[in-house]
Amino acid sequence: MTSKYQIYIFSLLLILLSVGVMTYKVEVLGFPLFAGEEKSIWNIEAKVEFTGHGKNAFVSLALPEAQNGMFVYNENASSANYGYVVAEEDTYLRGEWSKRKVEGKQTLYYSIDVILDEDFKPESVKEYKRNYSIEASSLVLQATEAIMQDAYDHSSDDISMAARLISEFNKANPTQAVEMLKHRYIKSPRDLRDVIAALLEDKKVRLRRIGALELIDGQKNVFLKPMLEVFYKEKWQLFDINNGKISKPKNLFIWQRGAVSLLDAEGVTGSEVRFSVTENVVSARTGALLKGSDEKVSLMDYSLFVLPNESQNAFKHLLLIPIGALVVVLLRVLIGLKTSGTFMPVLLAMAFVQTELVPGVSMFLIVVSIGLIVRSYLSDLNLLLVARISAVLIVVVGIMAMLAVLAYKLGFTDIITITFFPMIILAWTIERMSIIWEENGPKEVFVQGGGSLMVAIIAYFAMTNSVMQFWTYNFPEILLSVLALIILVGRYSGYRLSELHRFAPMVRKK
Amino acid sequence: MIVFPSALKKLNVLGMNARNIDYISRYNDRRLYPLVDDKLQTKKLIEKHGLKAPELFGFIEFQAQVKKIKEIIPEGAGFVIKPAQGSGGKGILVILKQEDGYFIKQNGDKINEHNLRRHISNILSGLYSLSGKDDVALVEKLIEFDDAFEGFSFEGVPDIRVIVYRGYPVMAMMRLSTSASDGKANLHQGAVGVGLNISNGKALSAVQFDAPITHHPDTGKELLELEISQWDKVLRLASGSFDMTDLGYLGADIVLDKQNGPMLLELNARPGLAIQIANKTGLEARLRLVDAIAGQHKNIDERLEFSYLNFGATDA
Repeated sequence: MTSKYQIYIFSLLLILLSVGVMTYKVEVLGFPLFAGEEKSIWNIEAKVEFTGHGKNAFVSLALPEAQNGMFVYNENASSANYGYVVAEEDTYLRGEWSKRKVEGKQTLYYSIDVILDEDFKPESVKEYKRNYSIEASSLVLQATEAIMQDAYDHSSDDISMAARLISEFNKANPTQAVEMLKHRYIKSPRDLRDVIAALLEDKKVRLRRIGALELIDGQKNVFLKPMLEVFYKEKWQLFDINNGKISKPKNLFIWQRGAVSLLDAEGVTGSEVRFSVTENVVSARTGALLKGSDEKVSLMDYSLFVLPNESQNAFKHLLLIPIGALVVVLLRVLIGLKTSGTFMPVLLAMAFVQTELVPGVSMFLIVVSIGLIVRSYLSDLNLLLVARISAVLIVVVGIMAMLAVLAYKLGFTDIITITFFPMIILAWTIERMSIIWEENGPKEVFVQGGGSLMVAIIAYFAMTNSVMQFWTYNFPEILLSVLALIILVGRYSGYRLSELHRFAPMVRKK
Repeated sequence: MIVFPSALKKLNVLGMNARNIDYISRYNDRRLYPLVDDKLQTKKLIEKHGLKAPELFGFIEFQAQVKKIKEIIPEGAGFVIKPAQGSGGKGILVILKQEDGYFIKQNGDKINEHNLRRHISNILSGLYSLSGKDDVALVEKLIEFDDAFEGFSFEGVPDIRVIVYRGYPVMAMMRLSTSASDGKANLHQGAVGVGLNISNGKALSAVQFDAPITHHPDTGKELLELEISQWDKVLRLASGSFDMTDLGYLGADIVLDKQNGPMLLELNARPGLAIQIANKTGLEARLRLVDAIAGQHKNIDERLEFSYLNFGATDA
């Protein structure tokens, strides 16, 4: 009795473990539960261009920080012949290229791959340290006294003041003071942002400047979109300089934050940085894998996905064997089907997976039939068993080669997959069948061969089920559940379905 | 035709899974399997314990010895060649007599020495053995079955299967070969199974291919007339094989020889369940009854007494 409970507990633990790992992979690592789910990978490329004049060049580009909802899994700086380092400056990262005696037009690229992921939250709310002096000129401040007074009067806190100010600048008919400022200082969206920021900072509003990119496919050579963030009540509030207060859109990638300059260049002229955004659609699984491997999740570090592609493909098939085994266990223990050789049907099913069902079954039947005919001749030669099986094996190879050539000539290219059949299994099947034929007659051959073939076909359907294939490959831990199930079935001491029929005459007589 | 599991439960029918889990794996130590799976070992064990069994003329272990078969087989007489590790009656060759250098099989077919050697060679290569590994061929004396069974069996020696649970014979049946079973006494090959009353060795009911029958399909003999003589010796032999092997759940196959009486043919650590159909009775209640009194009886006589008393009627 205790051993029975042990088995229940053990199986339960196995199932919990496998479901637990699966849940972790789906919920945390973002593995898709079903095939076909897609994810976007955004490639953001910064193109730095400048012209050299024979002097030593030093170019420094502000690099994006880790941010909520944006998982950066790959960064790449391609910079032929340039020395490249990533330097940290006041907690800000910068990519720095340098080279001696640069001549002519130069282009440097820095690109990152980003996956949108709501669960990714590396940011902590930190108050932005102001480490620069306000540069706003007194002239601007004088001219805008009225504007600020208005904004101050019509607001209750920093947030509403910033909102008021932005709306003043975006009015169709702005006040005269605004009109004057615009005319004089604002040539680009970036100027507008800087003016607004300067005005607010003068009122002791804690803010930071932002250069962002909207992740929309096909953007080429665009500039960062200037935006603002205002710190209030331990939170940063984002402002669009055209629309006022906004909550951060999911697809907004913040490249530059704070007052650090986006691009610094020494020894060159005409430096400029432009951005391109490209969307690549990949399966959600690939996305999860990229994320998992980059986050150094140890579960992924020691998963099948670290193997070379070729081995992974081999495992894709190997991982299906337990499913086939489960089918055989269920059919034998619960249904009571007889098969010749315990796992011969699984191996056959594996071959069918490679060959497709109909060509596989027909090839199996053809090879076994021809083999039986040849075997009946060999039996007259009175050979030792090992020699006879080996002879059958060679005949099987011959039949397979012949079929492949014949089929190819006739245009049935499917048949060439015949090589996937395990030859030893075929040879043994032929040998066993021929013995059964001699001893129990052809009827028994059809009964036993048919039984094995049927189990193989059922196993084939279980193993080619796309959900099964997807699960065993992406969630190998599901095999623990299969194991638990097999252990539980292994303790099933009830009647088999076939016994309900077999012992039926006893009930009728009573 | 399918019945509800509850109906079988009511009849105490033992299923294959329950047999494997609750009885075989619990009472048959794996270590002991070779004693019965290898008939050569069984033979030696039987000899050691002084039980009666068909005489072993000799055995052939290596291919090189195959040509010496003539030295082993008796001049002119019948004999049986069987693989030591065969299962389900596979590979058993019964030669009734020899004529002009030919060997006459049960069904009248003549084979020559060449065929005979090939058969032995096949046995040695493991063609009939459970796991396909190399095997040994045994050459045994042919059983001359008791005239009492004339007409009950078609071409072949009828044998008695007794299920012995923890030393107590719990159920028995006689297996009669038919033309369908090709002279073999295996129920799944079409032999007739006749349930026997443990108390007196008289027939209770009969089945072929799991279906009830009343007359032998080939000879037309009324099967319920069957009665085993020397029944006590049969059960004693069966029960004694438990003391010999220590296997708690075993099937003893016993034949009645014309001169020597009951003889232990072979033992089976995984006896089939068809015996329940032949007896129209489930095994489970009887097994539980034995479990309830196990250890109370010290010797074979006391065990047999218990079996006679409790497993006599159709309903345990």
